[in-house]
Amino acid sequence: MAVSDVGLMTAEHKPVVIADHVELGYGGEVVLGGLEFAVPTGSRVGILGPNGGGKTTLFRALLGEITPLSGGLEVNATSATVAQTDRSRLDYPVSALDVATMGSLARLPWWKRPGKTERSRALEALAEVDLADLARTRFGDLSGGQRQRVLIARTLTADADLLLLDEPFTGLDSKNEERLERLIDRLASSGHTVMIATHEVEQAERWDLVLCLNRTQVSFGDPAVAISKPVLEATYGGHIVEIPGQPNLGVLPAHHHHHHHESGKQS
Amino acid sequence: MIEWLAEPLGHGTALRAMIEIIILGAVSGAVGCWVVLYEISYSAESLAHGLFPGLVGAALLGVPILLGGLVGIVAAALLVALVTRLSSDSADTAIAVVVTTLFGLGVLLALSPGSPPGIQALLFGDLLGVTDTDLAVAAGIAFCVLAVLWLFHARLLAVGFDSGSGRAFGLSPGAVTALLLTLVAVTILVGVQGLGNLLVAAILVGPAATARLLTSRLRTMFILSVSIAVAAGIAGIYVSYYAGTASGASVAGCLVLAYLAAAAVNAIPRGRPARATSLSA
Repeated sequence: MAVSDVGLMTAEHKPVVIADHVELGYGGEVVLGGLEFAVPTGSRVGILGPNGGGKTTLFRALLGEITPLSGGLEVNATSATVAQTDRSRLDYPVSALDVATMGSLARLPWWKRPGKTERSRALEALAEVDLADLARTRFGDLSGGQRQRVLIARTLTADADLLLLDEPFTGLDSKNEERLERLIDRLASSGHTVMIATHEVEQAERWDLVLCLNRTQVSFGDPAVAISKPVLEATYGGHIVEIPGQPNLGVLPAHHHHHHHESGKQS
Repeated sequence: MIEWLAEPLGHGTALRAMIEIIILGAVSGAVGCWVVLYEISYSAESLAHGLFPGLVGAALLGVPILLGGLVGIVAAALLVALVTRLSSDSADTAIAVVVTTLFGLGVLLALSPGSPPGIQALLFGDLLGVTDTDLAVAAGIAFCVLAVLWLFHARLLAVGFDSGSGRAFGLSPGAVTALLLTLVAVTILVGVQGLGNLLVAAILVGPAATARLLTSRLRTMFILSVSIAVAAGIAGIYVSYYAGTASGASVAGCLVLAYLAAAAVNAIPRGRPARATSLSA
């Protein structure tokens, strides 16, 4: 376990995720190895890494869709993903409320239909993401940022306490980006653990923990310690542009930012 | 006018045809919405055509059409699954190969000297030939299909929306899709006697596709789809009665007309005049 997260741990709270020498992959071939970390309840974890670095594979393992090839992966929470909204069907005839209500299916036995209780819970979830007034709007007619928040509301309806956000900031303007960051802060302070795959190093620096992946775990811990120029070079393969006056930090060259479609395909 | 409308109802055959098409319209209109939303129209049509040898076999052996159709549709589905797995081609190609083979086999059987007359009814249906027993069976099955659709509505909707996240929300997309395909197969079986092997796909896909053109609201889509299926079905029976045309083909023709009318309505969008102006400028 990384030294830096000790401050966030409390004796009565078991970490939500504990990875112990975990190797993940498909058909016996390791795609992501060396996972060794613990995520405390209510923390915001940025996940940095290039496309194909293993972010999607990690999410699939945390959702229980794949089992580790070796090592122990303990997930002590109900996890749910928020997929990239450009992969959902925009022509589908459902309202924001319909989508948020879908989360309730996770808790209902198969012979039960979602009813009034489920719909009012979904409406509450939409209110939590500031979309109560757009509940009846067709999902496809919402903006990218609003769709993202509807999908977050769906995870809240599912009572998930570990939320996995797959590059949620892609395609958002700065206003919606701020809004989503505030929502993530709010979710964390209400006890949700949020893991966010992102390409924005600066963003990851503002969160509690960072996990850098490049087919193996490059580093994990408090961003102040875990993000450094050598770490970023190991994570992204050495193509780092330095920020003048901040020799320890880097920004990524532009071509790393808009390749989310490729990372989507590996799932 | 009222006399004109009431006259066919006085005849037992036309009345039974009317009731049959209302049952078919209700179940196909509803199942069809899911076929269109899941974008599996091609698979649905292929299932309908692939069961042809089963129908011909049933006619040759003198067993109920429904039974032959059931055997035929299960065989077709298994063959498609097998060929998809064995060949490196796409599922589309596998379906096309299996269905043309099966359909050809059915035609070969149908044209054999031992074949009873009435093979034409298997291809194009015989709405005027339905019996009271047929009606009772169709109504019973339709009721069951609609009940299953009602029960699983939310799950069908969620998996169709994004099957990728389905498992994360306690759904199993494979099982839900298999359930839908089973319902499609059952609906085809109910419809095949009245509308025939070639035309049954029309009432399954046509009304839902028409409704999809007219609305982006789910509830409205279901109501429209069922209404269009039933209305076009009844219109088809009248056309058949007064013009002396084949009943199944008349119903299919009315369904196509409904679709064309909806497409025409849909082709007059609000923004059209503005675009015309900018083109001429």
